[in-house]
Formats: sequence, structure tokens, C-alpha cells
Amino acid sequence: MLSLDLLLNAIVAGILLGGFYAAVSLGISVAFGLLDIVNIAHPVFVVLGSYIAYALNSALGLDPLLTGLLGVPVFFALGVVVYRLYYASFEKTGEESLRGLVFFFGLLFIIEVALLLVYGVDYRMVEAAYIGDSLHIGSVGIALRLLVPCLVGIGMTVALYLVLSRTFWGRAIMAVSQDSQALRLMGANPVRIKTIAFGLSIATASLAGALLIVIGPVEPSIGREYIGRVFAIAVLGGMGSIGGTLAAGLILGVVETFTATYYGPSWALAVSFGILLVVLAVRPAGLFGR
Amino acid sequence: MRKRPTFVAVVSAVIIALIGTGVAVPAEPIKLGFGMALTGALAGNGKAALLSMQMWAEDVNKKGGLLGRRVELVYYDDQTKPATIPAIYTKLLDVDKVDLIVSGYGTNVIAPLIPLAMERNLTVVGLFGMANNEKFNYGRYFQIMPVGPNPPVDWSRGFFEVASKQSPKPATIAIVGADAEYPHNAMAGARKNAEQYGLKVVYDNKYPPSTVDFTPIVRAIKATNPDVVYVASYPPDTAGMIFAAHEVGLAPKMFGGGMVGLQFAALQTKLGAKLNGVVNYETWVPEPTLSFPGINDFLKRYQAQAAKAGVDPLGYYIAPFAYAYAQVLGLAVEGTKSLDQKKIADYLHGREMDTIVGKVKFGPNGEWAKPRMLHVQFQNIEGNDLEQFKRPGKRVVLYPEEWKSGTLIYPYAKARK
Repeated sequence: MLSLDLLLNAIVAGILLGGFYAAVSLGISVAFGLLDIVNIAHPVFVVLGSYIAYALNSALGLDPLLTGLLGVPVFFALGVVVYRLYYASFEKTGEESLRGLVFFFGLLFIIEVALLLVYGVDYRMVEAAYIGDSLHIGSVGIALRLLVPCLVGIGMTVALYLVLSRTFWGRAIMAVSQDSQALRLMGANPVRIKTIAFGLSIATASLAGALLIVIGPVEPSIGREYIGRVFAIAVLGGMGSIGGTLAAGLILGVVETFTATYYGPSWALAVSFGILLVVLAVRPAGLFGR
Repeated sequence: MRKRPTFVAVVSAVIIALIGTGVAVPAEPIKLGFGMALTGALAGNGKAALLSMQMWAEDVNKKGGLLGRRVELVYYDDQTKPATIPAIYTKLLDVDKVDLIVSGYGTNVIAPLIPLAMERNLTVVGLFGMANNEKFNYGRYFQIMPVGPNPPVDWSRGFFEVASKQSPKPATIAIVGADAEYPHNAMAGARKNAEQYGLKVVYDNKYPPSTVDFTPIVRAIKATNPDVVYVASYPPDTAGMIFAAHEVGLAPKMFGGGMVGLQFAALQTKLGAKLNGVVNYETWVPEPTLSFPGINDFLKRYQAQAAKAGVDPLGYYIAPFAYAYAQVLGLAVEGTKSLDQKKIADYLHGREMDTIVGKVKFGPNGEWAKPRMLHVQFQNIEGNDLEQFKRPGKRVVLYPEEWKSGTLIYPYAKARK
């Protein structure tokens, strides 16, 4: 069963999946990796992005990717509001560890229930020209439904990397993640910087949500399926490492597809998380963590 | 000093006065209690089932109720969680004092209900449970899904029966499904059927329910070159498998079987022409052979309310059966002129009953005495228009023979064109 065709297809499918995983995990890398905020509600923000893409796609026929882009500033603003609330209620008083976690749990349920009330429990899908088609390069088949999210995921990673490494605000975010106290002593306001960083992390969910609904149908609670995966990717890549998030997404994607192809899909997740444990045993900071 | 009348004396006087003037004191309603998935994974079907039951109660009450008493539904959201069932039914029986019970939707919530019903010797009618009574053998359990007396095997029998009659006859099969309860049962039945019908299993694997990309799975299946692919999946995986089959170019002679989700408008309209050729299970479709008395009127009324209720706009899969499972209980109450649980159970065991889903007769284990699980093929689907799924000829019935409305387009690749 070890044919070259199957091998090449498994690698390509893994890369495509990995690109998408990176898109979904970038927000966690920023919030959890750089800001130390355990935003377990991030996947439900991604699902919210999916529903906005669905609503605009079915009402106005807009391409889901365009709706994802249009949603970025709205999600950024949403992230700013959520962080301000979180800061005022928990971080300011130093009670963010457990109570903050409960806050994000609550947020997760509220958004889920709101989606349930508005859209019901049916699975929702979008229509786009590239959904369902595939292109073939030799014996390798590439599903456009997966290629587009992968490319957008890589694009998002590059854009976020550039923002964090080349812009004033990006460097400020990196600085606040390293030592917010030192930053305060230099006269900067870490809360303001963290607000922008958290807004940025939620903004990624708008595009990631559009990608999610391009790949397959969604329902309000589907985000829960991703909680474990996105944190695993953020940790495997190295806390706060944007490039590492993409690398970890690609590794998990390739491992999953390899296992699904050659050993049976039921082992796929177990092998992925097994690799995570091994990597953490050897490099506790993750692959690209410092 | 005048003595003040006591409260009891006043009430007695009022009752005597009412009797004397001929004003009827309304009888207590007959309470039908149940838990139903109104939130959680199966809420789509649960809400559709509730709407149907409300329609049944309304219809019965318009005709004067049961035993001359109005019917009242008492229900709670079971959140699609089996753990909520004991508390919900204990409250229904001990606090709400319901007279009759039925189950919520699905195998998982029926399982914890049966021991509770056994403890109290209650008759319970189940809604779409798969082989729930296999281990309990409870004589007062009945189930409305038309699977038949041997649920795991009868579930997919039609798929294999259809395959076995084709020429060239398929010789190999791939069996794949989600790592969850329903697919486990369906896959176990498919393995038995494969053995019985002489198909060699060349691929047999489960995948985690959280799987995102199905193309590696479909490629692995394709590499084994099976004649038939049997899939037991939940809605997101169903869409994923169908997309992947098209993207990878999987072209077995037959494809489908136990895919959940293809019964509902949400996936039908989005998958559109990609459904052509898929052979899958169904409970009811708008084919002329299945035009049972009352069903078209019921569906017309259901569809008019579906959008407002936020449920499946077609309602072919579960809605008529949710009406029917309340209907058989109502027939038993009227037939026995009683709410005695033993008499009701005896009545349900003993006869064939006319319902909107046709004639229903339960076997000794409470399942339908004769299997009537349909296997249909999607044919001539064009675009994403919902209305086409309301017309005959789009999901033709291939099995059982008695209800057959069309012929299989074979192989799958031919129907896909």
C-alpha cells in the first residue's frame, strides 16, 4: 500500500491542513503565547466568523474570504472590548488565573447560545466557486476547498509576523510579552498595548472562521472540537512564536494525514498529541520558543 | 353573633351550585411527559420532533382529547445529554404526575430511560433508538423508527440487498465511519451484512469525530479499490466525505449507506448535484409509493410552521415519525379506554395500527415487526434549489421492493454525471 502517489498526496494534504490549522491557532499564539491570556473562547470567535461569512454569503452572495476580511476591523474592536472587560474585572486585581478562565468559559457559552438562538442548530455551509473543485499536478490532487484556506493561513502568518517584527506597535507587543513591568518603567502603557494585541488575536478569528466554513459545515458548538488542537499547536510551535505556529500546524497536519492514510484515521489525533508530548519532553518551550 | 362560613362549606356550596346549574367541571388533562433535545448536538431533530408532537396534541384536542380529556404535553430540554434523563423523568413522574411517557430523540437518551421505565413498569415508546432493547428485553418498550426486529443488521440490509442484485455483482467493500456510538452500530451491522452477502472487506476503519480533512481517508480507501463504499457518518463528516470523494475521484460501484445529514435540507441544498448517485438510508421521501393517508396534509402543515420554529424546512425524516409515535400511544389509550400501562403495552403488541407513516406493527422486542428502512438513490439533482427535494424522482426508493419507486443508476460514476 506504500505507493509514491499515496505518499505525495498524504504530504500535500498534510501541508494544506497545516496551513488551515495555523490560521485557526494564530490568535491563540498571540493571546496565550504573548499575553499569557488563556482565551479558551477563541475557537468560538472563529465559529462566529464562520456565521458572519455564512450570513453575508447567503444574503448577499459575498465570497466567504471577502467577508472574513471585512470582519477583521469589527473583530478587532470586539477583541478590544473583551480585553478591557477582562482587564477591569480580573487582570487589574490579579485574579486572572482561575476567574479569567471562567470568564472565557462564560464567553464561550454566551456566544454559542447566541448563535443557537439566531441560527438554530442546523449545519450551515457557504457557496463559492472554489468549493468542491480540485486541481491535479501529476498524480497529486489538490482540493481547492483546502488549498485556499492553506494559502490564506500562510498569508495571515506572514502578515502577523511582519506586523509584530517590523512595526512600532508590533515591537511594543513583543516587549510587553517579555517584561511589561520594564515597559511601564519606560513610560509606556502595557494595558494599552495588550488591548491592541488582544484585538489583533481576535481579528484573526474573522478570517479563520471564513476558512473554517469553506472547508466544511459548521454548527454553533463546533468550536469545541478545536480547543485542544489550537492550544497544542501554540504550545508545540513555541509560546508566542508566530513562525512556530505555522511550523507546528504543518507538522500536526502532515502527521495526521500520514497516520490517517497509512495506519487508520482513528490513530491520527493520538499520534499528533504523542508527538506534542515528546517535543515538550525534549524542548519544554516548544519548537521555536525561547 | 353570626357565624362565618368555613372555607370548606363555601367550596362545597359552589360545587353543588355548579352541578345544579349544569356547568361542567373540566376533567384533568392527560399528561404526556418526555425529555427532548432542544439544545445540544441533536437539537435540530429534537425541535422538529417537538413541533410534530405539538401538532399531534392539537389535532387530538380538536377532536375532544383522549378518553374525553384534553392532552397536555409536559416536556423538558434534555440537552442531548443522557445524564439528564433520570432527573427529568423522575420529575415528570413524581412532581408533574404525568400519565404517559415517551422518549426523547435518539439512542443515547433512550438507553437511560428504559431501566427507569422497567423499575416503574411503565410503557415507553422510543423515538429513533438503535437496538436499545437488545440487552433489556423489556416487554413494554416500543420504538417507532422502521428498522425492523434486528436493528444493527436491518439498518443496512437494504444497501447490501440492492448491491447484491447488480451486474456486475460487487465483490469487495470498504467500511468507514466516525468513532462514535451510531457509526459503531451501523458499521457492525454492515460487517455482518458484508459477510452474509459475500463481500470481501478491503478497508475497515474509524475516524475521530473531530476530523477536518477527509481526503487522506478517501485516498486510502481508493487505494484498496473497493466495489462498494459503506459510510456511517455524522453531518459534518458526511459533507466532508462527499466533497473528498469528488475531489479525489473516488468512483466505486456504490457509495453511501449510513450517512447522517443527507435527510435534511441544510446539507441537501448545499451539496446539490454532488449528491447524485449516493445511495443512503431514509425513513420517508416524497415518492408516490409512500403516500400514506394523512402524511401529505401533515407535512403541509409542518412545513408552514418550520421556518418560524427554526427546524428542517422539509421535515421528511423525523417529523412524521415523531407524530406517529405519539399517535400509536393515543390509539392504544383510546383502544383500551384506559391509562393502565399493561393494557396499553398489550394493545401495542397485539395489532397493526394506521398512522401517518403507514401501518405500524411492533414485534416482540418492540421494534417494527417487519423492516421498512428505505434505501434511496439521489438522482437528477440540479443546483441548490430546495423545492426540487419536495418533488418525486429526486430520491428514488430502491428498497424495500414493496415501496420501490425507481431503479438504481449503476455504477455510482454513471449517476454522478
